[in-house]
Amino acid sequence: MHTESPDLETRNVAPRQDNLDPALFGQTPSQTVGPYFHYGLPWKGAADLVGASEMGARPDLFPAEHYVLAVAREHPAPLGEVVELRGRVLDGEGQAVVDAMVEIWQANANGRYASPSDPRDEVPLDPNFIGFGRTATDATGVWRFRTIRPGRVPGPGNSLQAPHVAVSVFGRGLLTRLATRIYFEDGEGNDTDPVLAAVPAERRATLIAHRDPGGAWVRDIVLQGADETAFFAL
Amino acid sequence: MQDVIGYRPEDAGATPSLFADYRSTVRRSPQRELIRIPYTLSEVTGPAGCWERLMGTALADLTTQHRDAPLGQRIIVSGRVLDENARPVPNTVVEIWQANAAGRYIHIRDQWDAPIDPNFTGAGRAITDAEGRYRFVTIRPGAYPWGNHRNAWRPAHIHLSLLGPAFATRLVTQLYFPDDPLIEIDPIANAVPMPYRNRLVARFDIATTVPNWALGYLFDIILKGRAQTPFEDHDHAH
Ligand SMILES: [Fe+2]
Repeated sequence: MHTESPDLETRNVAPRQDNLDPALFGQTPSQTVGPYFHYGLPWKGAADLVGASEMGARPDLFPAEHYVLAVAREHPAPLGEVVELRGRVLDGEGQAVVDAMVEIWQANANGRYASPSDPRDEVPLDPNFIGFGRTATDATGVWRFRTIRPGRVPGPGNSLQAPHVAVSVFGRGLLTRLATRIYFEDGEGNDTDPVLAAVPAERRATLIAHRDPGGAWVRDIVLQGADETAFFAL
Repeated sequence: MQDVIGYRPEDAGATPSLFADYRSTVRRSPQRELIRIPYTLSEVTGPAGCWERLMGTALADLTTQHRDAPLGQRIIVSGRVLDENARPVPNTVVEIWQANAAGRYIHIRDQWDAPIDPNFTGAGRAITDAEGRYRFVTIRPGAYPWGNHRNAWRPAHIHLSLLGPAFATRLVTQLYFPDDPLIEIDPIANAVPMPYRNRLVARFDIATTVPNWALGYLFDIILKGRAQTPFEDHDHAH
């Protein structure tokens, strides 16, 4: 005579240390984005914060029927000066990193973030500007955004930050997100910016974009070596 | 005046940027010490409440994106997004991508000899609910070989990407499965010191498993928390 165990239908496997173990509760560790993120992350238009072009995606890297990400949608232009921001991602040997992903986060032309964590209701939002962008690097390691030049945002105490774009870099071989910023060489307040001031003087140039003859703002991101970009601990 | 409350630094389980066994890190990881900067609005803000406008509609079921069902073991991957103060992170985006059941990515740079599944792309996106919960339906990805060293195989994994509430909380990571012997010999997983590596191992759960349909796995994602508790609905100026 056999009697069925009362918990047969709900019995879980023997406990082992895993993601849900209370003794391990804490920050989920970072892992690399790997080389195959293109069909999953950078959508068409992700790098165009102004218009409805398809900048940002790499649909050339997988079959069209497997493009399931968002497509760019027409919307009114945001306020402010339209700028092109671009550069390469380079490794410690100066080689182009063709499987990197770059993201930006920035304030609108008034210097206001489209975020509930920016409490300054007196500084207007722009209904046509979110301020988040994402792009894969191309076959030559170049990344490129079309955005607007951000306004100035307050810093600690009574300081005012210079116009800047917050940047994240991911890639095969990058186990962690690398955080940095890009400033504009003619930016008002570069000399008093509290974050630039935290960067050793000889490395500040690695955060400052220059205007090329075509009018684009250019700044390479160097992962390693003598010209290594100043990356931040957050 | 705009003094802000920052986020906590990385904890003991943090992944180093250089881990020589994962060879691509050797020429791609920064050699200078990361620079500690003052927290400003730029680091504590992030997009919110605009996910559909930004990224399109949710794609939480990866098994219904094509004409027929994909091959492989159907699974549910579910969990909560929390901060390290154990508060839920509601209305935040979770993006995933993965190989098919044979361990092949739908990507021209993935050329190993395993079949493509025309019914499986492997990309998904969900938004957490008010309790920080998310839920994907997918298939269990296969292991795959890679060129790091002779006979190198990645354990089965799902890639995850989260923005969280702020620039400071950005996270890209990978989920592993609890019965996979390849985890302990994988240079990418092994970059995370023990016991914290086990934070990346999902739990099989019979309550999440749906009878006659799909196996269930639980995976909570813990983002950085605020250094102090912010005052609700107040300007933080002081
Ligand atoms: Fe992978």
